[in-house]
Amino acid sequence: MSAKIRKTVVVVDETRIEMGKQIEPPTRRAVAMAVIENPYAGRYSENLDELIAIGEELGGLLGEQCVKALGIQPEQAESYGKAAIVGESGELEHAAAILHPKLGAPLRKAVQKGAALVPSSKKMGGIGSAIDVPLGHKDAAFVRSHFDAVEARVSDAPRANEIVVAVAVTDSGRPLPRVGGLQVSEIKGEDGLR
Amino acid sequence: MSDLIEVRRVLTEVETIFHEFGPAGKKPLIRGAVAAVLKNPYAGRYEENIVPMMDALNDVGLDMAQRLVAAMGVQADDIESYGKGSIVGGAGELEHGALWHVPGGYAMRELLGWKGDRSAYKQGQGSVPKGLENGRALSIVPSTKKVGGPGTKLDVPLTHVTASYVRGHFDAMEVHVPGAPAADELVFILVMATGERIHQRVGGLRPEQISKYDGLR
Repeated sequence: MSAKIRKTVVVVDETRIEMGKQIEPPTRRAVAMAVIENPYAGRYSENLDELIAIGEELGGLLGEQCVKALGIQPEQAESYGKAAIVGESGELEHAAAILHPKLGAPLRKAVQKGAALVPSSKKMGGIGSAIDVPLGHKDAAFVRSHFDAVEARVSDAPRANEIVVAVAVTDSGRPLPRVGGLQVSEIKGEDGLR
Repeated sequence: MSDLIEVRRVLTEVETIFHEFGPAGKKPLIRGAVAAVLKNPYAGRYEENIVPMMDALNDVGLDMAQRLVAAMGVQADDIESYGKGSIVGGAGELEHGALWHVPGGYAMRELLGWKGDRSAYKQGQGSVPKGLENGRALSIVPSTKKVGGPGTKLDVPLTHVTASYVRGHFDAMEVHVPGAPAADELVFILVMATGERIHQRVGGLRPEQISKYDGLR
């Protein structure tokens, strides 16, 4: 069964100046969100296959929306993250079913490569709840300049029987990274870590 | 560009609404917002003459309006409602938010096909000329403003671009920029939508009944 999507929201956040310093080119983070009906709202279901399939569908859809909103080629994507907010008639495990089994593969296709784990967050929430989506470099999780987070929120969701699913993609790290660690130039991109 | 203008950050947000638990329409409603975070050159003091920044904001507004229509993936002719708003950081005053009235309105009217006297409008003089010969976007652009801290949410009203009384287009969009405004910043916002509320059904003036072209009916 495919996702029953009530609405989608795409946000692009572009930083041109940070602490008085010009950021050239500006750092840009995109978040694409889908508000979906939770097929398991209000009942305990041992099997969560429908949400696993929805996660696979949304990984591609939302990943592509982010790349399009940034106006970049897939290979220009640098970091990514994912998150879900489950409305009160659902269960935290519903977020896990969407995010973890199958969302990653189509997202990685949308951004090309992506050896690194897709960092995630999840919560139960009411209408207008915000979630901070963690961001990490898509090819090497240890790249310190790309550790970040971006807020995802839909003002009228999730209703009790809905789930907000968010995917974040950037074309850059933090605006003024200067705390050392693994650099982009040092990425091997083989084990997903370095 | 004027040294009064320093744009630190720009956020665009586009919602595509398929339904709200009623029958899905032929095409989804697209609502969009663009928010620019600017340095407030008047923060921390009382400045009597703040009009120079208002003039300098005209180019910022036009750029934002163009950016928003592009982000929504539509043409200017597809925009049916609009609104604007401002959030003033804590070291500023509410009146600084009012700097956005003229340039914010000018920007969207210009883009959407208004054909009135631009120089008079830019200078904030005179009322909007009436009549269809002046093109679309005859309505006053509805607005809200407030003083707030980082992440403050503002409900920005939306009304029909040609006739304010079109009831199906009355709406609002909640807009916030995580982390902004800082105390010495301003957030200026434009919102636009491609149509009426997704399940509008409380009657009132319909778009096809617009007849006076006075910006109201």
